[in-house]
Amino acid sequence: MNLPPRRAVLPPILLLLLLAACGGGKPESAGKGAAVPDVPAYGDAIVEGSIGDVSGFLTAVTTDASSHEAAGYVFNGLVRYDKDLKLEGELAESWEVSPDGKRITFRLRKGVKWHDGAPFTSDDVMFTYRRMIDPRTPTAYGEDFRQVKRASAPDPQTFVVEYPRPFAPALASWGMHVLPKHLLENYPDISKSPLNKKPVGTGPYRFVEWKTGEKVVFDASPDYFEGKPYIARVITRVIPDQATMFLELKSGGVDTMALTPPQYVRQTDTADFKKSFNRYKYTASGYTYLGFRLSHPFFSDKRVRQAIAHAADKKALIDGVLLGLGQEATGPYKPGTWAYNPNVRKYPHDPVRAKALLAEAGWKEKDGVLVKDGQPFEFTVLTNAGNEARAKTAAILQQNLAEVGIRMKIRTVEWAAFINEFIDKRKFDAVILGWNITPDPDQFDIWHSSKTGPKELNHIGFANPEVDRLLDEGRGTFDLEKRKKAYFRIQEVLAEEQPYVFLFVPEALPVVHNRIRGIVPAPAGITYNFVKWYVPEALRKHKVQP
Amino acid sequence: MLRYIVRRLLLTVPLLVGISLVSFLMMHMAPGGPIGAGTDMNPKATAESRARLKAYYGLDQPLHVQYGRWLARMATLDFGDSFSPDGRPVSEKIKERIPITLTINVLSMGLIFLVAIPVGVYSAVRKGSLFDRISTVAVFTGFAIPTFWLALLMMILFGVKLGWLPISGISSLDHESLGALGKLADRAHHLLLPVLLAGFGGLAGMSRYMRSNMLEVIRQDYVATARAKGLPEGTVVFRHAMRNALLPVITILGLSVPDLLGGSVIFETIFAIPGMGQLFYQGVMSRDYPLIMGILTIGAFLTLLGNLLADVGYALADPRIRQG
Repeated sequence: MNLPPRRAVLPPILLLLLLAACGGGKPESAGKGAAVPDVPAYGDAIVEGSIGDVSGFLTAVTTDASSHEAAGYVFNGLVRYDKDLKLEGELAESWEVSPDGKRITFRLRKGVKWHDGAPFTSDDVMFTYRRMIDPRTPTAYGEDFRQVKRASAPDPQTFVVEYPRPFAPALASWGMHVLPKHLLENYPDISKSPLNKKPVGTGPYRFVEWKTGEKVVFDASPDYFEGKPYIARVITRVIPDQATMFLELKSGGVDTMALTPPQYVRQTDTADFKKSFNRYKYTASGYTYLGFRLSHPFFSDKRVRQAIAHAADKKALIDGVLLGLGQEATGPYKPGTWAYNPNVRKYPHDPVRAKALLAEAGWKEKDGVLVKDGQPFEFTVLTNAGNEARAKTAAILQQNLAEVGIRMKIRTVEWAAFINEFIDKRKFDAVILGWNITPDPDQFDIWHSSKTGPKELNHIGFANPEVDRLLDEGRGTFDLEKRKKAYFRIQEVLAEEQPYVFLFVPEALPVVHNRIRGIVPAPAGITYNFVKWYVPEALRKHKVQP
Repeated sequence: MLRYIVRRLLLTVPLLVGISLVSFLMMHMAPGGPIGAGTDMNPKATAESRARLKAYYGLDQPLHVQYGRWLARMATLDFGDSFSPDGRPVSEKIKERIPITLTINVLSMGLIFLVAIPVGVYSAVRKGSLFDRISTVAVFTGFAIPTFWLALLMMILFGVKLGWLPISGISSLDHESLGALGKLADRAHHLLLPVLLAGFGGLAGMSRYMRSNMLEVIRQDYVATARAKGLPEGTVVFRHAMRNALLPVITILGLSVPDLLGGSVIFETIFAIPGMGQLFYQGVMSRDYPLIMGILTIGAFLTLLGNLLADVGYALADPRIRQG
């Protein structure tokens, strides 16, 4: 995995869980290594492994994780998430929300310069906003900005946006990377500008070179507004194969990557490995679920869904799929964050209770299979091909359900076909999928009853008037307590209704070479303070001019 | 001869158009599209933004219009711009990847011929000998072992345990700071494992092919005549028999022309080599239509060209074909 200097606010918000993201937690074996004076020093380089190549540096027009992570070194947004996943100012020093919640006034940081020396002003923010809503910009992220009723830049240090109604997720949308007006104004289509290949930003690192398919190199920016980063150079190497990347890690070719559970449990739990590396472990920002098409005659009955939740052995799933490196999911939020409600109805593995619930719903056992109105309880679960964890999940669930008399068939389909032919057209009985969890708890697009149309994300067809109202309430206020109340209640309803059987939240398992110090794990992961990472002088490996 | 070549070359034009049309249709029939990668399952991508993106890439036009536009551009040898966010010209992207794939494939093919021909010839001449039997087992073992697995074993041995060879990539991180000779050595160092392994997989086929050709030729009357004239065995084998046994190899050479630029997805992925295989794979996964079409067209052209070269080469080498 690529480690960005800070968690970009924008990146594939709620994109399917293709890459495990980092979360909060504890270091697993921090602070080992040779006994050297542990004082911050400027210099050395860090080499990261990335599965995918960069496709461009302007995050407005790219959608892949590799590109967003690379761009995070060079660009800043007005706001960002801090170590506790709370919004804080980045290029904005502070902001005020008007009492009616419709206007946000950003006060920008003074003295910030673009890497080419030009001053950063509110004109740049205005320019970025205009390009985001410009039809000539091929962006998938324009919608948040189209909500804006009026934007203005009354002076170089102030930027004001007005919305027709209070819209809480809007604040996070200003984490969008701010673009330099003076370098882009002559390009009506910013994706065609040289900046997409050779970025110039305000961030902690300056772009040096990009060799496609090979590597991207950044050097520390001496006049970064938070102070020059200690690590002088960041090299991101493209290594598309996980096994190869792991071998590179062991031989010293890369300094950091994300481990898979088998690598964590079986291949790195040795004294030899721990001599050179620190492993970290914390809750990832994503979860895996079993979702039902609720219009399916079997699954329209709440008791059936609850029965399946009881039949699913989540402990066996976590042990079998994640080798124990994960925890039970109880709802769509990350355990330990402010929106997560720990006190919702739980569904312990209980086949007896499951059978009782199914019997209540009218399903009678006949030769080991449940039957109702002459129809056996048989359905197909779909999942995407190439995701080993989901395939294993399906196999274990199949066994769990067989124990209570339900026959579940498994079908895996290539991703694009899976989305276009089955999910979008609602041609499925049940699916095993995952969502990324964003720091902002608004999940209007997934759970609101207005989002059940084709290509929309409420693909299971969940409709609950109370949840609809609460979703509106939650996104319509900036008051954290009010939002928390709304989202806590949503989780209670979801736990009761079980439109998804929430299965598990995996652990993120990054590993970093132990010459690199200053890593302080937090709920946001380990990379939020990347500019403060350093290598003590005696342990320096690469000669890079500090 | 010249008329033959010109006629064959002219024939490739309708063939190329036909191949491109089929490729184009198949590509558009496959589920998913270029904008899916960024907008599928993305709550920030509304129906309007999807429509906007479609219009941006010209995907809102009917298929025949899209194909017509592509064909018109192709007529001027313009491959168009990639749909990937970097939006670079397809030809630039391909040009960037060709040298490395070409190097690896030429080297590994050279290796194959260098090893397979002597092995094949010697096995045929000494048919049933210990050497023949050992080489048979060896090449078939090489053929049967999954290359990716062998590659990983080699990487563990030479990269991690012994530390002799780099594990992946095509150059060291300090490549730019090296002198010309240093750069060359660095490249060679990185290419050693990939070339050896790429060659290893192809050895079996070629050496067996050479062996059976040789066996056939060696039974011919003219070889017996040569022997009867009292020529030394070496002259019989290398001057008289092998030259004829090599003839069909020309065909294989011709047919492997498109492979030279094709690259292997598995191989390039394991060794993190930024070659054509990877480029094509990424293009297919992201439904980058102009890139896919560009690579397919080049591949088709090279296949036709390779066929032509093989035929011409064959005709030059064997007078019977020229007359026929």
